[in-house]
Amino acid sequence: MPEVSVKLSVNGQARQATVEPRVTLADFLREECRLTGTHLGCEHGVCGACTVLVDGAAVRSCLVFAVQVAGCEITTVEGMASPDGRLSAVQQAFRACHGLQCGFCTPGFIVTVTAFLRDHPNPTDLEIREALSGNLCRCTGYQGIFEAVRQAARAGRAARPGERGETGETGEAR
Amino acid sequence: MKPAPFEYHAPASAAEAASLLAELGDGAKVLAGGQSLIPMLALRLAIFDHLVDIGRIAELKGIERRDGGLWVGSCTTDAAVEASAEVSAAVPLLARATPFVGHFQIRSRGTLGGSIAHADPAAEYPAVALALDARMEVVSARGRRTIAAADFFDGLWTTSMAPDEILCGVWFPTWGGRSGFAVEEFARRHGDFAIAGATVAVELDGEDRIRRCAIGLIGLGSTPERATAAEAELAGRPLAEVEAEEVGRLAMAGLAAVPGDLHGSAGYRRRVGAAMAARAWTAAAAEARRA
Repeated sequence: MPEVSVKLSVNGQARQATVEPRVTLADFLREECRLTGTHLGCEHGVCGACTVLVDGAAVRSCLVFAVQVAGCEITTVEGMASPDGRLSAVQQAFRACHGLQCGFCTPGFIVTVTAFLRDHPNPTDLEIREALSGNLCRCTGYQGIFEAVRQAARAGRAARPGERGETGETGEAR
Repeated sequence: MKPAPFEYHAPASAAEAASLLAELGDGAKVLAGGQSLIPMLALRLAIFDHLVDIGRIAELKGIERRDGGLWVGSCTTDAAVEASAEVSAAVPLLARATPFVGHFQIRSRGTLGGSIAHADPAAEYPAVALALDARMEVVSARGRRTIAAADFFDGLWTTSMAPDEILCGVWFPTWGGRSGFAVEEFARRHGDFAIAGATVAVELDGEDRIRRCAIGLIGLGSTPERATAAEAELAGRPLAEVEAEEVGRLAMAGLAAVPGDLHGSAGYRRRVGAAMAARAWTAAAAEARRA
């Protein structure tokens, strides 16, 4: 089977490799780019550990072939902290709230929550739970993760002075 | 968990994709968003020599008002459907079904046409298309044709499209007047395929009589199902005389082959399906009455 040349940008850096078309974006990131922060749990789209951003949209990188996203901008968990190593607000909140134990699922959660809070800066509790529902964690029982999202949302609001609106304790179903 | 090797093709147009399919024959499969196909390839439930990627073909994307309804390009992502004010205004049932499709990370890549062509009986879009009498526009090297939703879903994961045909777009009619719409489903976890679900559209006349209604059923057969006998029974009756439980009972009455598996027996699914149809009816009828 002919291999294909795939060029894309990962965390702002151009990457190119010649791979079999069946290579998923997750394997491309891990094996060609040596960015092993993107974890593979189930490899068939159930666990969410491999979530990355493709042109800003959260996707499961095990359910995308690298060749399908040639030319796109990919952001992985390695691209979340500042270049000087300072953690993002979401990462800080996960650390502060015990949002991780073994850490295997954490990259997928960090990327998912980063995309979610960008699109929903003032989420209700119900919206948070729904946003987390596509990622599995076998350690924490999710309460620490849930709390981390609330804290990151609060931190985001504090960083946007002049904006009002507190997270509702309960939310209406959409 | 690695797909078997395949050759990758990325045609630039629908016509080019169609001629590729004609040329490659049975060993080829169309790839759109890949959110159903790639898991099947990863699990090696399916193996193809060729994948024809239509996901980046611009003419297969978009949402447009057409012929008194709404045309959605087959490769329009679920996320684009979800974000579209046009969809909410013209086909509210489609908009309300979308949050039930997988998780938001799946909706980033998954496409409306992919879901309908995949024809999973537990998926939302096929049931909405069937209930609303959508029309599927398909193309092959032999030409274009339109397939009515009632003639589209043949069996489990099977449609009346020929293997060399590509779904280009889906046209949904707009319901005017005093209409209401609702989707209800029950799944073990949010985002999972539903154990059972229902989509309801109802239109009332000026005296609160049911002018027409459409009831689509999710996960209650080998194809998406439509409760046509229930719809006929309800049409013309005053809304006030119709109990939601009756709608649920009527909707389940015509079902021939309700599936049973470890998540629930056929009998359990019928009970859940009746409850979902009743809930969706209540919500849709309330909206129509307010309209």
